[in-house]
Amino acid sequence: MSGIGVDRDLEMRLDAIRRELGETVRIDQVGEVVRSLLESIGGDISAGDLRLYREVESLSHYIHAAREEIAALRPGDIKNRFIASATDELDAIVGATEAATNEIMDAAESLEELAPGLDPAAGEKLAEIITRVYEACTFQDITGQRITKVVKALKEIEDRVEGLVHMFGAEYDGKDPATREATASTPRDEHLLNGPQLPATAANQADIDALLASFE
Amino acid sequence: MAVDKNMNVLIVDDYKTMLRIIRNLLKQLGFNNVDEATDGAMALQMLRVGNYGLVISDWNMEPMTGLQLLREVRADAKLKPIPFIMVTAESKSENVIAAKEAGVSNYIVKPFNAETLKNKMVSVLGDF
Repeated sequence: MSGIGVDRDLEMRLDAIRRELGETVRIDQVGEVVRSLLESIGGDISAGDLRLYREVESLSHYIHAAREEIAALRPGDIKNRFIASATDELDAIVGATEAATNEIMDAAESLEELAPGLDPAAGEKLAEIITRVYEACTFQDITGQRITKVVKALKEIEDRVEGLVHMFGAEYDGKDPATREATASTPRDEHLLNGPQLPATAANQADIDALLASFE
Repeated sequence: MAVDKNMNVLIVDDYKTMLRIIRNLLKQLGFNNVDEATDGAMALQMLRVGNYGLVISDWNMEPMTGLQLLREVRADAKLKPIPFIMVTAESKSENVIAAKEAGVSNYIVKPFNAETLKNKMVSVLGDF
């Protein structure tokens, strides 16, 4: 069998496999495909064919080993338990800080209502203190956005793990497959939605003002 | 010209707490006619039927962001003259440049304080 003959023969067999299984072949089906391909190579086998055989066999072993290693990582658990649990915890943090902030705001607003009954100096001082309370309450918005960034990162990991589980077959998935949430349409200016920067690298108001002034 | 503190102000943010904070700070500054929207699309609807003298908007909202809202406002002949202040945690230069190019009147980075809010309002509306 000539090299060109093998190539043509191989192409025809690959076409037949594509017709049967489509362009995407699950990893657990690869071994079967390789076996079927090798079994179908009949007749005289050249040195080149033998090298190809060894390469394919080695690839098959490699895929099998990789499959076992990934199975040991239990990707289904990562997706269904750990990431889902971490996301729930973070959502709970957002909920708790929001509730606490609203409590603080309620208290500040109640205090503000007392101001008219105080002497002017005390009323002014109270208003000043309440303003500081309002300003401090903006932390909830910032922490909420930071946590949202973390949740998005976890979602990205979850999607990739899910892709891995899909590629390696259903037995790697957990018992409780998570329903994937419908993803919102991609905003046009998505690359500008970075959320709060870390304090070490964030621009402050003076930086923003300087940048704005550069347009004048 | 003196600033009319009875003007309608529209504040836009998807965090209810932030809306409450800005509303209270505006109240302390003497602006009591404050309406709220929780995203750009809702704000745009309100702007088209209302009569507002100032918009104070967050950036990062869905389904319509503050930047998209700003572009819609500047593209609408009736709404175009309304001063628009962006109040956002987005502090990258590219954000400020994009907002400026879209026609923002001023830009406040979160977290902010009452003094910054007042200063930016003064720079946009005039002294009050």
